[in-house]
Amino acid sequence: MIDEITFTIDGVPIKANKGDTILKTALEHGIYIPHLCYHPDLCPFGGCRLCMVEIEGRGLTISCKAPVEEGIVVRTEGPEINKVRRIAAELLIVNHYSDCLECAKNAECKLQEVARYIGIEERRLQRLKRTVRTIPVDDSNPFFIRDLNKCVLCGICVRTCKEIQGVGAIDFAFRGYATKVSAMKDKPIIESKCESCGECVVRCPVGALVPRNMRKPSREVKTICPYCGVGCGIYLGVRGNTIVNVKGDVNSVVNKGVLCVKGRFGYDFVNHPDRLTSPLIRKNGELTQASWDEALGLVARKLGSYVPSEVGFVASAKCTNEENYVIQKFARVVMGTNNVDHCARLCHAASVAGLAQSFGSGAMTNSISEIPNAACILTMGNDPTTSHPVMGLQLRKAAQNGAKLIVANPRKIDLCRLADVWLQHHPGTDVALLMGMMRVIVDEKLFDSAFIKDRCENFDAFKESLAAFDLAFVEEVTRVPKDRMVEAARMFAAHSPATILYGMGMTQHSHGTDNVLAIANLAMLTGNIGKPSTGVNPLRGQNNVQGACDMGALPSVYPGYQAVTDSAIRQKFETAWGCSLSPSPGLTLVEMIEAAYRKDMKALYIVGENPVLSDADVQHVQKALAQLEFLVVQDIFLSETAKFAHVVLPAASFAEKDGTFVNTERRVQRVRKAIEPVGDSRPDWWIVCQIARRLGAKGFDYSDPSEIMEEIRSVTPSYGGISCQRLENVGLQWPCPHDGHPGTPILHTNTFTRGKGRFISLKYMPPGEVPDMQYPLILTTGRSLYHFHTGTMTRKVAGLNIIEPEGVVEISPQDASRFGIAEGDRVKISSRRGEVIAKAKVTDTLSSGVVFMTFHFVESAANVLTNPKLDPVCKTPELKVAAVKVKKI
Amino acid sequence: MNFEKVKRDAKKKREALRQSKKPLILIGTATCGRSAGALDVVKVFSQELEGRNIEAEIIETGCLGLCYAEPVVCIAKPGRPSIWYRNVSPERAKEIVDGYLVNDNLLADYALGSTEGSVEGVPCLFDLPALKPQVRRVLWNCGFIDPRDIDHYIASGGYEALEKAVLEMKPDSVISEVKRSGLRGLGGAGFPTGRKWEACRRASDDEKYVICNADEGDPGAFQDRSVLEGDPHSVLEGMTIAGYAVGAKRGYVYVRAEYPVAVKYLETALAQAREKGVLGENILGSDFSFDIGIFQGAGAFVCGESTALTLSIEGNRGMPKPLPRPRTTEVGLWGNPTLLNNVKTFANIRWIINKGADWFAGVGTDKSKGTAMFSLAGKIANCGLIEVPMGITLREIVYDIGGGIPGGKCFKAVQTGGPSGGCLPASLLDTPVDFDTLTAAGSMMGSGGMVAVDEDTCMVDMARYFLDFTQKETCRQCSLCTLGTLQMLEILKAITEGKGRPEDIDLLLELGEAIKIGSICGLGQSAPNPVLSTIRYFREEYEAHIYERKCPARVCKALISYRILPDKCRACLICLRECPVGAISGAKKQVHVIDQKQCIRCGVCLSVCPDRFRAVECVPGQLAEVQR
Repeated sequence: MIDEITFTIDGVPIKANKGDTILKTALEHGIYIPHLCYHPDLCPFGGCRLCMVEIEGRGLTISCKAPVEEGIVVRTEGPEINKVRRIAAELLIVNHYSDCLECAKNAECKLQEVARYIGIEERRLQRLKRTVRTIPVDDSNPFFIRDLNKCVLCGICVRTCKEIQGVGAIDFAFRGYATKVSAMKDKPIIESKCESCGECVVRCPVGALVPRNMRKPSREVKTICPYCGVGCGIYLGVRGNTIVNVKGDVNSVVNKGVLCVKGRFGYDFVNHPDRLTSPLIRKNGELTQASWDEALGLVARKLGSYVPSEVGFVASAKCTNEENYVIQKFARVVMGTNNVDHCARLCHAASVAGLAQSFGSGAMTNSISEIPNAACILTMGNDPTTSHPVMGLQLRKAAQNGAKLIVANPRKIDLCRLADVWLQHHPGTDVALLMGMMRVIVDEKLFDSAFIKDRCENFDAFKESLAAFDLAFVEEVTRVPKDRMVEAARMFAAHSPATILYGMGMTQHSHGTDNVLAIANLAMLTGNIGKPSTGVNPLRGQNNVQGACDMGALPSVYPGYQAVTDSAIRQKFETAWGCSLSPSPGLTLVEMIEAAYRKDMKALYIVGENPVLSDADVQHVQKALAQLEFLVVQDIFLSETAKFAHVVLPAASFAEKDGTFVNTERRVQRVRKAIEPVGDSRPDWWIVCQIARRLGAKGFDYSDPSEIMEEIRSVTPSYGGISCQRLENVGLQWPCPHDGHPGTPILHTNTFTRGKGRFISLKYMPPGEVPDMQYPLILTTGRSLYHFHTGTMTRKVAGLNIIEPEGVVEISPQDASRFGIAEGDRVKISSRRGEVIAKAKVTDTLSSGVVFMTFHFVESAANVLTNPKLDPVCKTPELKVAAVKVKKI
Repeated sequence: MNFEKVKRDAKKKREALRQSKKPLILIGTATCGRSAGALDVVKVFSQELEGRNIEAEIIETGCLGLCYAEPVVCIAKPGRPSIWYRNVSPERAKEIVDGYLVNDNLLADYALGSTEGSVEGVPCLFDLPALKPQVRRVLWNCGFIDPRDIDHYIASGGYEALEKAVLEMKPDSVISEVKRSGLRGLGGAGFPTGRKWEACRRASDDEKYVICNADEGDPGAFQDRSVLEGDPHSVLEGMTIAGYAVGAKRGYVYVRAEYPVAVKYLETALAQAREKGVLGENILGSDFSFDIGIFQGAGAFVCGESTALTLSIEGNRGMPKPLPRPRTTEVGLWGNPTLLNNVKTFANIRWIINKGADWFAGVGTDKSKGTAMFSLAGKIANCGLIEVPMGITLREIVYDIGGGIPGGKCFKAVQTGGPSGGCLPASLLDTPVDFDTLTAAGSMMGSGGMVAVDEDTCMVDMARYFLDFTQKETCRQCSLCTLGTLQMLEILKAITEGKGRPEDIDLLLELGEAIKIGSICGLGQSAPNPVLSTIRYFREEYEAHIYERKCPARVCKALISYRILPDKCRACLICLRECPVGAISGAKKQVHVIDQKQCIRCGVCLSVCPDRFRAVECVPGQLAEVQR
């Protein structure tokens, strides 16, 4: 219950919330008090002195800091206030470089607003000396321009960078009139640790920070960001049929208006000239333009010529739920096969498989907004500020709020600077590390015995399996000093609520499922499941990888994780879809590639994925694709994979269609069409339906994605209450079984999906490849902040490629000197599968013996090197550990 | 460690020194002494002693406060009066060794005074006009003990106040004694010290801090430095008592990195205090634990403001936190209650505890108790560091202690309170010096700088000088302060360059008032003071610059002229040859004339014209215009 306070501003009675400031309250009530340095998202600064008011009996105060109090009488004007305020404004104006009509902030400028309110008199201004600074404009950043000659030094950018972004790339520097906002050592902003998120640009009240090449949109369309799995709400600014800017949606519960560099500036790919604008058919070895009719007819004819086991489908984590539903339905209904999978196989299949065993449901158990309230956070095998930047902010905020932060990562990621403990374990030793920590918790009796007794099973057997994890053994295997591991274990056990976030550093292993099981064990052991700010939280990497899984774009389950092997369920779908369905699970993504290599699979239909760069041992993948009789690739660009295709179908991008995405916290959100499909491209759902119809299938005559969603909810219990109508304003988190259901922010609150949580005994298994004389180093891979996945989109955004133009191999100083490599050298990295060339970056973020590459760059494709050894349960390849050697060339 | 034994040993050591057959040589080697060459003097004495095989002990002390007499050396011979010598150069040092040390010749010409009363033509040191009106409490030990030897401090009663406070008094009674004493913050603002301590004690928090503000940034102020270099333990003792009173376990001395000697002496003092059990765990065997660290400031003037100072320690840019906000005593360093006092405030504490609040309040005025310290500088005979009772008049300070204006010049004004203080004219010389009276007169106690100026000082130029300093040191948090002082500075520059406009005086007043009302911190709120007070008391000088294009004090180059008096010129060619721009015409036996258009008013002609002629004069105003 918020206490309400009554007071007056200029005689007007106002009701306000206790704890609010006078300025905030006044502005909310439509009363303008001049201000420049105030911003509602930030702590008050109190520097501009314009918001000065008088409280009767107390004198002058600044309203941005003064709290409301019962009965106070506030005056926003008076002889003394007016005098000071006028002079303060005049001083700012005569020191401000004014080119209002050319300025990008014209009409939105807060200094103009102040000037209008006060009523500037030229006669008075002429008494003052105009001293406009002549600092060279900093145009080093490809996305925005800093013109400090217009800066009013309100500090909003400084506070934004610190308070919202948690980076602190800029601060005030120098003293007196020479003071300016500066990056470290007064260097151009591009050379600082600025993450180019643009949050400061959005908040700058004047023209000191403006987006480069800004064009005002003529309309704005609310939708969801197409990059990572956080699912930030955005507004696409449109002019004609072109996206001209992106704005954060301040009403989005996910991001509250905040965006990262890709979300805010990475939209150039939509209107990029390289977009596929017409179907292509391979004729005489060359891909040549064709009509839709010709292409669709060819695809239907060819697909119709194969038996079910000869055909496979790769659905897309970038496409909408509705599209993934249609693709898997096409595979199952029209082609009669369960051979449908997508890139989740390469990322979180281990989470789905592992958490299904432990809890009965394989998704993030809790919500993003709960993170800042956690007392302890273990973030393992991920780099949230890089791969999930807006969620990373929540971790930074939590750490700033005093939460204990434990980072477990072979790399010194950015969050290590805020971490209480950093466990730098050797790649592939996660089970040993976690079991070691649990050994400490059990030995020291720090576990939650009540929770284990009431909610879990198989604890005793699990406890016995800990016996193998003697701490000396764990230290030897993981290379984490024993004391540090003990400290982390005690910290995690002692601070409740504690939450675990993890990423592909855990799942992309030949024992990825074991890693996930170990995490589930730790959460249950400490009772950190089913409560706010706790949980086991796999961070999903793509905008709709969660949705593609939910929609049954997986070989073993129908939509909503309903098993194809369950006859009752199969019958339900046969009734709904009006056909008979295959009872046996299909092939996984990697198995389909293998089948193609063996020529068992004849035709493959790939939607919006790029296995030629994203899968392990891509040279092998290329050979497999070359073996196919018929390859259809449906994409927005002619990707590396599309170059192998027999037919290429041009798809519409996220901005050109309606539908839904599901973010990493199971939140189904509405995606909206902002522009017409570029060229002759078409939405993916439309294309697949057209082929189905040509093959005479029933049930593919949707006129709009909302009709598909209606069908989805009718066959998917966890989506029962989700409709486009309900999603209009705000997303819903599944399970949401019926129309009145509010959605489920936290899973497993009273019981686990499977009933009792199951502890699972674990053994340590070394990675598939360990370093040897020939290949002495371990290669591990990951993401960059500035690029995404295989670069299909981000490599088309000019600015991102200015910031990060090429892939590098990161190497520790010890290994660099051992192999005679210097910063910037070109080096050849080789594994048993192949070799690539990249520039070396010598960095202390790695310990010796480990090198790191991102997988975004075709020119230095890390996945040429990676090990295709599969996890036996979930069939994910060991992308995170490969034995390599490096050599300067 | 048993403190009774510590005291006994220290006193024994002092007695042994006093009874020693060896002469003692005290040399002031604080920063002021060093800048006058004291370290060379130390070297000379050591060499002389060694070369002549003389048994004597050299003790390096802090600053006595008589800067005009530095380097100061005292020779204490057994059975003979202790003689204090002034301006001891290496040559003079040799003479003194020859004279007094070896041959018992007092060398009265070089002597300042004697500590044993007037002897053989040497006056009593404490009867010197510069010292007699002083009441030395904070400076009690300065210049007399070795600041690097804690035993010297303990032998003079040091740490007895801590002993009394910690072992015999409750924290509340310590605070009530400080409250009753009437001590006010000597950093300049004059906030009642006891009330501050009480507020910090009442703030409920386990973790509290005590900070000593030694960020003495004002040009011309050096009291804090001298106390830290002359008697560091008096400050540490005060801080430790404060820690006991408010319930803190940790203290910091925030000291300028530009004070390397003070930092070094503090480090030594802290180590020795820990060794003797008066700092650290279980002080003097009690439950009370308290330790002190040194934090060196990076040179920003504004970090002397309490909230900027705490931000600076936290590793942030030092910028004052705007009101309304909790007081530092509630939310200070790292968000914890923090007691922040000035060096001199802490140095007074031991007197209050040892001698009682009534004794302390026996000196001073109704509302300002105790003593005040000033750094006396400018156009004054006896520059130096002084400690005087609150309520003493400016006249006593300038004429009695300071010895008046040298060179037969006229007193014009005295600037108190550092660069943000005000200029007070001769008519206010009888103003009593205390917090409230100075503020009422448009100046302030401030940092304790006190600069006397004579008739050759242009008040507009002086206001410009001080404003130039504060302008450069603003933090630019509030635009009023930084941009407002910049405007004022530009206007003052224009006036001194002969480009003043009729509306400028009103504009200066308008800006000054707005800056005072609207600025965040004391820097902005007081930065216009030099301008406002000079306009208040010397408005006619501003008007002369603006309307008559004249600088009456003959300082502002654009508003003065040089001319050669034809009846005095002997046509000696000296000025003609020395003029750097060739503006002087003439020849042998032909009177010289300055071409006013070419003249750059460098004053070389005036300085080279032989004293016997005095044919060149500097006059206010632009001569070319006058002649036309």
